[in-house]
Amino acid sequence: MSQSLRPYLTAVRYSLEAALTLSNFSSQEVERHNRPEVEVPNTSAELLLQPIHISRNENEQVLIESSVNSVRVSIKVKQADEIEQILVHKFTRFLEQRAESFYILRRSPMPGFSISFLITNKHTETMKTGKLVDFIIEFMEEVDKEISEMKLFLNARARFVAEAYLDQFVY
Amino acid sequence: MSFSQDKSVASVLKLVKAPIYSHCYSADRSVLAISCDKNCLVYRLHPQPQLIATLADHDKLVTAVDISIHGRIVTCSQDRNAYVWEPMSNGSYKPTLVLLRINRAATSVSWAPSGYKFAVGSSARIIAVCYYEQENNWWVSKHIKKPIKSTVTCLSWHENGVLLASGSTDGYMRVFSGFIKGLDSKEVVAGSPWGDKFPFGSVIREFYQGSYVHDLQWRSNQERVAFVAHDGTLNIADSQGNIISVNSPDGLPFQALLWVNDAQIICGGYSCHPVMFAADFQSVRFLKDLDKPNKGGNTPQSTPADGQEEEENAFSGISALRKFKELDLKGKVTADEQESAHENTIVQFRPYAESAGNVSQVSSCGLDGKIVIYAV
Repeated sequence: MSQSLRPYLTAVRYSLEAALTLSNFSSQEVERHNRPEVEVPNTSAELLLQPIHISRNENEQVLIESSVNSVRVSIKVKQADEIEQILVHKFTRFLEQRAESFYILRRSPMPGFSISFLITNKHTETMKTGKLVDFIIEFMEEVDKEISEMKLFLNARARFVAEAYLDQFVY
Repeated sequence: MSFSQDKSVASVLKLVKAPIYSHCYSADRSVLAISCDKNCLVYRLHPQPQLIATLADHDKLVTAVDISIHGRIVTCSQDRNAYVWEPMSNGSYKPTLVLLRINRAATSVSWAPSGYKFAVGSSARIIAVCYYEQENNWWVSKHIKKPIKSTVTCLSWHENGVLLASGSTDGYMRVFSGFIKGLDSKEVVAGSPWGDKFPFGSVIREFYQGSYVHDLQWRSNQERVAFVAHDGTLNIADSQGNIISVNSPDGLPFQALLWVNDAQIICGGYSCHPVMFAADFQSVRFLKDLDKPNKGGNTPQSTPADGQEEEENAFSGISALRKFKELDLKGKVTADEQESAHENTIVQFRPYAESAGNVSQVSSCGLDGKIVIYAV
């Protein structure tokens, strides 16, 4: 792990631990509803807490928006060039299409971010909060590795294809 | 999995799989009522915990349950209703609907010490104080509306049955008067340091904390209220309007508190283990952790893994198998890791054994579906 990645992840870890203090909260606007307050247009400002924005650089950022019964975590994955942009887009799209098997994954990311998680009190009640945090931190560690691996693989494959194609023109 | 070394955990009851938001014992500690999803389950504790009744009239999550000194159970739910369950001679319970007249979820309920009235907090920004009306044979309610601006999360009655402390998500801890004519007499509040007149619904005192108040409890003989808030503090307010406070040692907020005796408060919450605080009239300070898992003790499986490695190195080509085995073990806890008795947030404390205002055993319920009894 590089030197500056560790404090970044530590900051995200402690912020998440503090943000995942959720309680079961029935809506005070709509009768008999119980909904994630961070996701709905809200007239009671006290239910939304101050969002936390953690930024390593302009390409790697995390936004944690918390409320009384839900937390939305948005992650911007590093995208150095156009190939990485395409890869990240494809990769997160692949995950989001299978969102229900990831439980906490949000189907579409927040604007400006690559991928978003939505954690509600239902999740913290059925899963261990520490493990949820571990999962998100591990995801952040792994996704960079995954993307650069895919990029290498793509480049190797492109080289091979180009060689095979250009071979025909060699006399 | 082993529990931590200190002897504070007296017993653990794993009753249900769903979270327990609230639990309560009868006055003689023979009956335990817990809220579980849409039902309230009633257990007889001796000799073995045994389910004796399921109170199933609610159609949404039951948020709170309380038992009066006469054995009546009151439950309230997110379906906007509350029921009073009268114990019958054949062991069943007869429900009576309470006319709460609220249009949002009921969040908390508390019997007055006399057992003749109770208060229900709600998301409708209303506290309903309910009492039995003989001539109509039902429970009616009077509303406290002003100046509550958000969901009422917790309630606590003073021993005199008039002063009602409430906490809400608008960040205020308020003390109201719950004086009901014909039920309460003016003598009980004569000479109270909180004021001279207590007309129903009047705000006696309010304290601004600025974050959600999760739980609160009166210490009647000291005329003080302790409350815990979402900013991770434990605060004690007195009749003069002074507040003393202390921060949570784990940095995570508390969800529950209980006065153990005149000088000690036990708190519990998102750190999953109880914390004891010492409180005098000048200050409140951290005393000790109970049942705290020993985090330093678990180096992740260093020695057992080495032995396995040697064994597997004998067969070359098995490393691929091991790789998959490791993948399979991902996210699992190592066997020697210590855990606290509660695996999830503690949401409520109740006294389990007490004499003359000193609690010797505390019962807690948590989101992991466990009831844990701590010796303090």
